[in-house]
Amino acid sequence: MTRKTLLVLGANSDIAQAIATKYASEGYQLFLISRKTERLALFATDLKIRYQCEVSCFELDILDTGAHHQVYTALPHSPDGVVCAIGYLGDQAAAQDNATELALVTQSNYTAIAQFLEIVAADMAGRKSGFIIGVSSVAGDRGRKSNYIYAAAKAAYSAYLSGLRNRLCDYGVQVLTVKPGFVQTSMTEKMDLPKALTAQPSQVASDIYKAQVKGRNVIYSKSVWLVIMSIIKIIPEFIFKKLNL
Amino acid sequence: MSLPSWGNFPSVVSEVITMRSLQTAQRSLQDKPPIICYGNGRSYGDSALGTTQLNMREHNKFIAFDPKSGLLETQSGALIADLLDTFAPRMWILPVVPGTKLITIGGAIAADVHGKNHHLKGCFSEAVVSLKLLLPNQKILNCSSSENTELFRATCGGQGLTGVIISAEIQLEKITSHKLDVTTLKAGNLEEAFSHFEQNPDSPYSVAWIDCCAQGPALGRSLVSLAKFSDRHDSQYTPRKRVNIPFFFPKLLLNRWTVQAFNAIYYRRFSKQKSESQADIDSFFFPLDMLRNWNRIYGKSGFVQYQFILPLASSHLGMTEVLETIAKSKRASFLAVLKLHGIANKNFLSFPLKGYSLALDFKITAGLFEFLDELDQLVLKHQGRIYLAKDARVPKSVFDVGYTKAEEFRELRRRIGASESIQSRQSQRLGL
Repeated sequence: MTRKTLLVLGANSDIAQAIATKYASEGYQLFLISRKTERLALFATDLKIRYQCEVSCFELDILDTGAHHQVYTALPHSPDGVVCAIGYLGDQAAAQDNATELALVTQSNYTAIAQFLEIVAADMAGRKSGFIIGVSSVAGDRGRKSNYIYAAAKAAYSAYLSGLRNRLCDYGVQVLTVKPGFVQTSMTEKMDLPKALTAQPSQVASDIYKAQVKGRNVIYSKSVWLVIMSIIKIIPEFIFKKLNL
Repeated sequence: MSLPSWGNFPSVVSEVITMRSLQTAQRSLQDKPPIICYGNGRSYGDSALGTTQLNMREHNKFIAFDPKSGLLETQSGALIADLLDTFAPRMWILPVVPGTKLITIGGAIAADVHGKNHHLKGCFSEAVVSLKLLLPNQKILNCSSSENTELFRATCGGQGLTGVIISAEIQLEKITSHKLDVTTLKAGNLEEAFSHFEQNPDSPYSVAWIDCCAQGPALGRSLVSLAKFSDRHDSQYTPRKRVNIPFFFPKLLLNRWTVQAFNAIYYRRFSKQKSESQADIDSFFFPLDMLRNWNRIYGKSGFVQYQFILPLASSHLGMTEVLETIAKSKRASFLAVLKLHGIANKNFLSFPLKGYSLALDFKITAGLFEFLDELDQLVLKHQGRIYLAKDARVPKSVFDVGYTKAEEFRELRRRIGASESIQSRQSQRLGL
């Protein structure tokens, strides 16, 4: 039996590595894509020893959209699944003043990713099989003053995944949107996060695996965020605009 | 956010830095001294508490493994549980494991932990082929029993006080089965327990649970377990499911009456003088790991563990005096473990020596520390010493008598510049 393959985009992030680990433990082999593959090598070796699986690393800066096609077609074979865990929080204040930062946040969280996933989508539609997992964010559910430029990009990404799911449904390709709330990662290390609402990357990864196997469409992780965001979404705008969020 | 010790005592406010790369450790040494490494928080006392804690748990990658020889190179934050999950199914295990698998490799080296086979296999450092140590001067040295030997012997058992242990090469050992054949011998008193140990010197694993509440002619009554890996081939390794202790139990739950009742029932569990049974790896080696957060049964004010060892010649008299003192004090230790050890190794601060050790848990209550001072005097009187990985309170004067290489250790720390840049609350207390 040949092993299934998962392609991981943004493989140096904590969430991506947790997802890669989970899929490796479930018998997948891995293609890891990241900007910096030297750091990735240690992680890849660890996976090979732990799970006796094949792991290959490829270098790509997602913002280098011209290189997308070449990197994807140069893979040893088409992957069975693709997960994208690329994200860039950026600096809200800087993005307000500076068009470059605004564009960087938008590209990193949405446009560049969408361009790559279009290549994947065409391939999977042609094969009539596969799954795509997009790690978006609860932030995209409603914009607030503290991070709306990031939130807007995530909202666009969520809407994009929804449309992609609609398009690929007929081809038997699953698209899973993942909206994590707080996650304990190096990105949030300095923040004082409420423990009850904060997930470990490994928890998010196992939520994702379960949801993908079950063929689900949209999940929140931790699931309590579904409740929180449902409430946040129904607050009327005339009240919401006055809140200090 | 301070990271607590397993005993939840003492509580120390600290800054926590997560080790994500070598640079993290180098910068912490430079910018935030004194630092102390923190593994998985299983040392009972204050050996991993300090003003800056370098949290090593993310530094947990396997670097290389040779399936022919069983040599594993790993970053120091990997857990013994990670090694078991990965290699036990392939019939490899660590030659030495302590009573919990939830400790890091770095922690196992720093405490030079021992297990139920110390009498034959020695301490954890016997399996350490080499280690990479980041020194306060930012240099990384390879240390082994043949290279930088002095640093190796100071680091194994050195409670993280010689530098940051970055990675280690560990020699794994082949097993033929995941099951152990266990023989349980009842011992009506201390004398019988000792004779069970001494008549079975070749048993690969031996340990005794001892009832500290028993007095008079039953003083020291025990259940001695002897075990060896089964001959029957069996390749299933299934880690045990864990039950969580969800909150701190009320302070009064464990008292001398409940412990006494538990001990009486536990001892009578075996009706025969000698019983045979089979156990799997997790239930034999790591029985307490099945209860996640079991330290919470002692309540919020925490507990201390008191583990000491006495040379063989004075073991019998010394243990008798200690057990009598405990029984008289009405302070019940819920968990009490007796073990006959093999000879001491050459490391500066490793705990075991040829003789008997006893490990006791005490809930923190009024007068406990005065009582432990009393036990210290008995330990000193019988030329024993106390295990640093369990300790939160031993005075320097008591420590210095038991550990004859303490002064050499201090001198080495001064020489490598570790005295200022690496400190735990324990090292400050002991003037290390």
